[in-house]
Amino acid sequence: MSIRDQSTLRVILYEGADAQPLDSGGTYAVMRSLLERGFAVTRASLGGSVAPADRTELLVLGRFAGGHAPRLEDAQGRVAVESLDITGLDADAVAGRVESQRELRGAARHGEWRPWFPVIDYDRCTNCMQCLSFCLFGVYGADSAGRIDVQSPDQCKTNCPACSRVCPEAAIMFPKYKAGPINGDVVTAADLGRERMKVDISALLGGDVYASLRQRSDDAKVRFSKERDEKKALAERQKCLTKLAQAGDIPAEVLMSLPPPDEILRRAQEAKAKAAAALQAQTTT
Amino acid sequence: MSEAPRILYCHCAYAQVVPEEVKAAVLHRLCASGVAFDAVADLCEMAARRDTTLQRLASGGAVKIAACFPRAVKGLFHQAGADLPADRVEVLNMRTLSAEAVCQSLEGGVLTPNLPVEKSPAALAAAASRTKP
Ligand code: SF4
Ligand code: SF4
Repeated sequence: MSIRDQSTLRVILYEGADAQPLDSGGTYAVMRSLLERGFAVTRASLGGSVAPADRTELLVLGRFAGGHAPRLEDAQGRVAVESLDITGLDADAVAGRVESQRELRGAARHGEWRPWFPVIDYDRCTNCMQCLSFCLFGVYGADSAGRIDVQSPDQCKTNCPACSRVCPEAAIMFPKYKAGPINGDVVTAADLGRERMKVDISALLGGDVYASLRQRSDDAKVRFSKERDEKKALAERQKCLTKLAQAGDIPAEVLMSLPPPDEILRRAQEAKAKAAAALQAQTTT
Repeated sequence: MSEAPRILYCHCAYAQVVPEEVKAAVLHRLCASGVAFDAVADLCEMAARRDTTLQRLASGGAVKIAACFPRAVKGLFHQAGADLPADRVEVLNMRTLSAEAVCQSLEGGVLTPNLPVEKSPAALAAAASRTKP
């Protein structure tokens, strides 16, 4: 199942009329415990407003009068609502009950995938398709209007920000990256200069990072075939790849897990063809 | 009188990029304040799934979002097909601000929109060349 085909269970921690509020430590413990497990939680109380309802199922938690969860129904019959009394439960027990409800409803399961993927800053993007052409994992595509689009975020390799180095406009962000501007910090003129330099580095590697990778991989293959000690061979392979990893900020694990050279070549050609088609579509529309 | 902005808190659950002590202090204070608010485990994860929850969170009027860099938050909502209204959103960056500064802003109620809105010259030029007859 794709990460996109899932609905989210909306949890409401209800501390309004007809329910006894938790003490502030209790509210914090329950909220935190639910958030750590990936849920979206609305704390509903008498002060302030929250996001409106949509058709998402609701699970309402509260310390209700008499310790009994009331039967709740959406007056317009559009949203399924379930309630759960949490009187006397600690934060972990509450999270356990919510998790059971999530499972029962087949709602999105969280935490199995670390959200690492590119986010495009369309205020900077010129739609040049270099990122599409560069990525070997099919993360990018073009939308129906011919605009660059992150189509398969879960195919992205965790901690690899290499495509952001390739983007000439510093338009690719990884919000969980350690430093700016890749993390979303403001782009400065100096950053743009630096970004360009990074592309020059990949040019120094032979104009094409993947061509260089293929060459190294082929060389390594020859060496590995002569090498009887597997551990030594692995160490040699790691040494070869470290240099590339440093040049493009690509984690060594990503390079180590790349497919065989002929498959790299096939994917690189496929990506280039997709980028060329997208650019062609731009000029003909 | 205009209504106080809503509050949305992002827990950034799947990375250590927001300092733990800042996240904890902000969430603590929100809980202690008695105010109603929305909280999500990780806006990034929801954006990757194009979770329709983001449309709900983006609609419903002015909102202060405690998360990370405004440029990143804008991009995440956009990528999820849930554009944030630039004139009604203020993003408080828990990666760079102190917990005290974030809390004061959340409690202050006055909204200072801060999403980036300007296109870069290169993006403007590219858009213009695409629309040329
Ligand atoms: S490389 Fe950068 S400017 Fe070019 S299409 Fe990709 S994000 Fe846009
Ligand atoms: S939007 Fe920012 S604060 Fe929220 S999960 Fe993503 S990186 Fe973390």
